[in-house]
Amino acid sequence: MLTGEDGRSSVDVVRAGLAPRFSLALSGRSRTLRQTWLDTFDWRLYQARFTLEHRTASGLSDYLLSSGNGEQLTVSARSVRWPGMAGALPPGPLRDRLAGLAWVRALLPVARATSTVRQLRVLNDDLKTIALLTVNQLAVPGPGAAPPQARLLVTAIRGYQAQTGWIIRALTETAGLVPATCSALETALAAAGRRPGDYTGKVDLQLTAAMPARRAVTEVLLQLADTLQANVPGTIRDTDTEFLHDLRVAVRRTRSALKLCGDALTAGTQQRYAGEFKWLGDITTPVRDLDVYLLGYDQSADGLLAATAAELAPFHAHLCRQRETERAALVRALRSRRFAGLMAAWRRDLGSQAAPRRGPAAGQLAAGRIHRAYRRVLGPGSRIGPGSPPESLHDLRKRCKELRYLLEFFASLHDPAIHRQAVRDLKGLQDCLGEYQDCQVQLHELRMFAGQMRTDRRVPATALLAMGELAGQLGQRETEARSEFAGRFADFASAANQQRFQALTAGARA
Amino acid sequence: MKILASYNIKGGVGKTATAVNIAHLAARDGRRVLLWDLDPQAAASFLLRVRPRVKGGGAALIKGSRDLDAAIKGTDFERLDLLPADFTYRNLDLILDATKKPTQRLARLLRPLAAEYDLVVLDCPPGISLLSESVLHAADVLLVPLIPTTLSVRTLDQLSEFISGFNGHRPKVLAFCSMIDRRKRLHLEIAERLPTERPDVARTVIPALSLIERMSVERAPVTAFAPRSTAARQYAALWAELAQRGL
Repeated sequence: MLTGEDGRSSVDVVRAGLAPRFSLALSGRSRTLRQTWLDTFDWRLYQARFTLEHRTASGLSDYLLSSGNGEQLTVSARSVRWPGMAGALPPGPLRDRLAGLAWVRALLPVARATSTVRQLRVLNDDLKTIALLTVNQLAVPGPGAAPPQARLLVTAIRGYQAQTGWIIRALTETAGLVPATCSALETALAAAGRRPGDYTGKVDLQLTAAMPARRAVTEVLLQLADTLQANVPGTIRDTDTEFLHDLRVAVRRTRSALKLCGDALTAGTQQRYAGEFKWLGDITTPVRDLDVYLLGYDQSADGLLAATAAELAPFHAHLCRQRETERAALVRALRSRRFAGLMAAWRRDLGSQAAPRRGPAAGQLAAGRIHRAYRRVLGPGSRIGPGSPPESLHDLRKRCKELRYLLEFFASLHDPAIHRQAVRDLKGLQDCLGEYQDCQVQLHELRMFAGQMRTDRRVPATALLAMGELAGQLGQRETEARSEFAGRFADFASAANQQRFQALTAGARA
Repeated sequence: MKILASYNIKGGVGKTATAVNIAHLAARDGRRVLLWDLDPQAAASFLLRVRPRVKGGGAALIKGSRDLDAAIKGTDFERLDLLPADFTYRNLDLILDATKKPTQRLARLLRPLAAEYDLVVLDCPPGISLLSESVLHAADVLLVPLIPTTLSVRTLDQLSEFISGFNGHRPKVLAFCSMIDRRKRLHLEIAERLPTERPDVARTVIPALSLIERMSVERAPVTAFAPRSTAARQYAALWAELAQRGL
């Protein structure tokens, strides 16, 4: 992509730059193209170096998926309403690729622009087209819109890449065009005051070891509040299941930060908010549990041996009905004065956390709390044996989560290589404990759902039998997770990992 | 991926015009098409304005030291690519003879392109040789342009008999009357009779038209530079008949 030095590309400038080796031919008339870029809320396409563009013009409505390495897929489609899932597009290679990239996340419009597009062909002595030039005069809507910027896209024709390289050199060295520093999407986003990747569900902070611990904890909590609130509209509109997931994670992290580091804040903060964030966490649980069921439903149905997917269908319908009921309660709670009041007061309190004259530094606090959290995983974990009750594994799962959150909050204080490895071993243990817990919870709920469905005369006995088979699947997964525990814990408790945690918590106060 | 070969034992029957126009029509219909110009005379390459040169020559392609993929050129038409001819293709028989299972070679070379193309069109040189045998083994459909004369019909019979001797894969044969001279009564008689008598002869006929010869001046498919002409319409009818027969 090239842009003219004066912000405008001219066909004459380009023609002069390519002569006498190549000539130029206009390809059709210029046309107005309306572009809408789509991505998931957490920028999955952008992170994977893809862009999805909906282009409309007279007689044209198509979707173009482009990758950073020049791969392009297109599909013609009209009347698709966004936000929506990739499945809303017509079947084909583009939809298949997109489904893998977007995962379970919905696609939403992230930027819009209007372009005047003119296509030119670069011809050799045989008057064969060896490259396509697209002159694109971009205009972005909005009051703060940047001035229109002419862009020239050079597309190589297969087998003529060497000549295309020459064309780009000629245009930059002779014709004075300059390589574009940002994509059309980035230009359109900048005009709207946004940048790609401006949302991430991860804790992304640059703390320093010397900064006051109170300031560090406040920054962590403020970022978590941002994440939490960014996910509220998508949760209320039910755009996709992951808005609620990210919201819940932000709540859990907030509760853990309050529990583990809340004493660094002004007196009383911890006590004032612990109960309210527990309430917030609790109201999100039923819908998420049902989401987990529904997201894994197809895989569970595919795994049935004796029963058929059709026999299990009443269970799916029951889950959907339950979800609607629970979602209505969740939406009411998120629109309530209680929630609005909680967030307003929380932000006010975080904003008034003045740094104390004396008190620990962030590095000291992080080392101490991570050290303590690590001991609380290592000790109880080493006492778990084949005969230990399920509760001991559940408790350990919670302690692991606390340790993981602390590592995430204070990641910027650590050596990245040591931090990455420590998180990897912890994640291996968490995955195993999470699977064990999920199976137990789902088994419990499956019994509850069966009880509810049994009273409905329309539900055939075959549905309950199919659910029995699901219970068998869950039981098997639970047993497998339990048997994996010893190996995963041994990795976590290895001497090498202990050394890593010693390095991360050096200087910790007991 | 389907493989269509424009082939006849005889030369000068309109094989290249057929290959180029059918490839263009298929691409226009949305198929991803590769046209391989196997004739060292390089007429298809010329018509599509691509220089007839392959790095390493035919030997590099046939022996596999150079991927077909690397030799492919984009044409001026969307979804239509060309694997150009090279003068060394005149030695393809000798090169094939030096490989293992030479009659299976072309099919094997084309297999990796299956994900990239829906249709491969082979523009073959005339004659019966090791190369044409390899083409016959690779092709799903043989499209045989036939000048409507008694001797031409005899060569079609020879070809069909030759294919019927294959073990395993046999291409479907579809001949059509080509270069019909409307001033010749014999042409008209045979062109009318053949499709009714033989299921392997298409109903569509391609007359001898100066516009088809003009392809070498325009250096483009007639279906592109004169899409509403009789010539273009007849090729479109032939393509429709091919599609109807499962291509």
